[in-house]
Amino acid sequence: MDAIKMIGIVKCFGSVRANDGIDFVVKKQEIHCLLGENGTGKSTLMNILFGLYHPDAGEIFINEEKAQISNPNDAYGKGIGMVHQHFMLVNQLTVLENIILGKEAGNFILNRKESRRNVQELVERFGFQIDLDEKVENLSVGMMQRVEILKTLYRGADIIILDEPTAVLTPQEVDELFKILRQLKSSGKTIIFITHKLNETMSLSDRVTVIRKGKVVFSCDTKDTSEKELATQMVGRQVEEIVAGRDSKPGEVLLELRNVRLHSRAASTVNLKVHAGEILGIAGVDGNGQQELENLITGNQKLTEGELFLYGTNAGPLSIQERKNMGLGYIPSDRHKNAMVSDFSISENFLLGYQDSKEYSKKGLVDYKALAADAQKQVETFEIKVAGIDQQIGQLSGGNQQKVILGREISHDPGVVLVAQPVRGLDIGAIERVHKTLLDLRNQGKAILLISAELSEIMNLSDRIAVLYEGEACAQFENGAYTKEEIGLFMAGKKQEVS
Amino acid sequence: MKNQKNMTELAKSLAAILLALVIGALFILISGESPLTAYGALLQGALGSPQALANTVSKSIPLAFTGLAVALGSRCGMLNIGAEGQLHAGAMASVLTALWFSFLPAPLLVVVSIAAGIMAGMLVGCVPGIFKAKFNTSEVIVAIMLNYICTLFTSWLVNGPYKVEGSTAQTELIPESIWFGRLLPRTQLTYALPLLILVAVLMYIFLWKTSAGFKLRAVGANPNASRTAGIKVNMYLITSMLLSGGIAALAGVTEVFGKYHRFIEGFSPSFGFTGIAVAILGRNHPAGVMLTAFLFGIMDMGSLRMSRETMVSTNMVTVIQSLVILFVAAPELIKWHKRSRAGRH
Repeated sequence: MDAIKMIGIVKCFGSVRANDGIDFVVKKQEIHCLLGENGTGKSTLMNILFGLYHPDAGEIFINEEKAQISNPNDAYGKGIGMVHQHFMLVNQLTVLENIILGKEAGNFILNRKESRRNVQELVERFGFQIDLDEKVENLSVGMMQRVEILKTLYRGADIIILDEPTAVLTPQEVDELFKILRQLKSSGKTIIFITHKLNETMSLSDRVTVIRKGKVVFSCDTKDTSEKELATQMVGRQVEEIVAGRDSKPGEVLLELRNVRLHSRAASTVNLKVHAGEILGIAGVDGNGQQELENLITGNQKLTEGELFLYGTNAGPLSIQERKNMGLGYIPSDRHKNAMVSDFSISENFLLGYQDSKEYSKKGLVDYKALAADAQKQVETFEIKVAGIDQQIGQLSGGNQQKVILGREISHDPGVVLVAQPVRGLDIGAIERVHKTLLDLRNQGKAILLISAELSEIMNLSDRIAVLYEGEACAQFENGAYTKEEIGLFMAGKKQEVS
Repeated sequence: MKNQKNMTELAKSLAAILLALVIGALFILISGESPLTAYGALLQGALGSPQALANTVSKSIPLAFTGLAVALGSRCGMLNIGAEGQLHAGAMASVLTALWFSFLPAPLLVVVSIAAGIMAGMLVGCVPGIFKAKFNTSEVIVAIMLNYICTLFTSWLVNGPYKVEGSTAQTELIPESIWFGRLLPRTQLTYALPLLILVAVLMYIFLWKTSAGFKLRAVGANPNASRTAGIKVNMYLITSMLLSGGIAALAGVTEVFGKYHRFIEGFSPSFGFTGIAVAILGRNHPAGVMLTAFLFGIMDMGSLRMSRETMVSTNMVTVIQSLVILFVAAPELIKWHKRSRAGRH
């Protein structure tokens, strides 16, 4: 029996056809992966199913009955629940309170006893291990996700949609999640799993549907396909993963952190050295001091403890601009907030931060001619798809925006480059380009500090790896010294044995 | 692309004006008059003769100055709601300087007096900027408070120590040698116009040709990215309010030097607040601000003739202006509010 059948779904945003006649079928009691790159229309399709968007055309059948879903309440009424990428939890409330929020037992007067009994029953039936009286703010990300899943179950969902649920998890937490999902499946639930990760699709799903540019391009039983085939279907061409050769010849230390305390909650201080001609990868789950590390190195935040050396000079007291002038390039993790001005043109964004450099500033006036020439050159070398350099950067895709920023930061030839989450939200083509550029920079002898929550990215590019956990560098080693699973344990807080 | 964006902005402003005129026409119709006759009289009164045109331009000058002032602040993400106070401070400072130093030769005295006015406006203007930079206080609140302080303090000065004999609250006349000369006899159009054009051109060059102007605009468009790029955000918040206050002061200075030749209590019919509407309708661009101010000038000037020739009151113009503000300003203010909240996170 088909749990879900969506036929000919069309959804347009302005002139963009986010969903362009999609047929999507999910059988009852299967785990179905909806695979595709960012911005291909996966989330749009699921938001339609969950009643958040209304399709411009197409029909939806739930359990082989035609359904009209005009809001999330309708969706829940038909047994559909959704776990969003960003959790919708109230941090100050307990797990129980969060689960029952909006659907409390009892009329007017809260019947805590009955609510608790109902939730407790669910927890036991599906084998969740969770303390109902813990406040959500004290939970790990993996636990918060379980609360979200429990919320959907409590509302009676038989079909659960999860939107990119593994983005914020450690490898171990991913395994835990998969265990829970399989358990749910065996007790009769249907799971739709939105992702862009191939290995997860292969290890978890029964069936897979690949979406590219708003259309379904491929669908089959997972056992009949391979990671390689899925990648080709997803991107529309053969892809190669960029992996660093182990032939780097590190030179002198260009960037060094000595006894730096990342934040006040950190139990100990951090020591890091980045040499010329190497990539030091910073692994770790988001929120373990990565943002502070970025801010302290660039000067956005003052050091409270410890010292920072750039090219051997004590850079602690220097301003952001002074550090830039010494040769510090920076790709911020939050592109929209910190790296670009959406309303400005590509060339103006190319100028940002370098408006006083001798190339572009002539007696206080901006040399727009020189700027336009350089911006045009970058657009060509990085193959940035634009209407022209006067186009607003906000109108570009994430990948093209990132290329503009990367081009800007390296065009002034910095010896040290700080790169944070460089491929977040990018499509595979842009990822290839960014990674290739980083390796080229390394081979030119730049010192690169790469912060990323994607462990595979760290393992593919880094010469050495440090792992951050709660503001501490709990492990530092040559890349290759540990397996992915072992690094996963460090990411969860295990300390490296010092030999 | 950039031009295309400017065009859509212009179209939005024009649509708001058109809509306001149409609704205004409905009101006129309800009051039993022909909108065509009324609007015809309005245009005739504002543009019908060289003198009328000159007076229309002269009426739009203070609005253009306050509009430019608000526009400059907005380019840096600061809503300068304090132009009213700044222009009072500027007018009073320039008049007092002219009275105190009346022994100076006229060319020197006019420069010194104008400079004093501008500096007073800058001084008042930079206060909200400093509070925003140091304590993250909303510039709007501080500026509103300063409006009271400035208008009431100048009112006290002109009712107390510097009041001349008579029932009107006004200061003595400044020396006739430094009155702004008339560009056209028997009109109120003075050298304030070339001064305005100069300021508008300088502002354009500053914002779009200099690196300092680029930084100011970058701070306005995304303070976080600007800080990350090494721009001293706080300094530009203060600078923008400093410059904005200086330009706002010129609205007061040109009024007293060109029209009244003394400080008179209540000489400004809320130029400062109308300036906010002018800036928003002019999309914070010097050229747009000048055009909008001219439009408001037409309505102000033409309303007299309209009320003379028809039964439509001059207040109808205020209604139309308010409608324009409603259609344009409301969405922009909401956007600004959202952005300033987002900026704090």
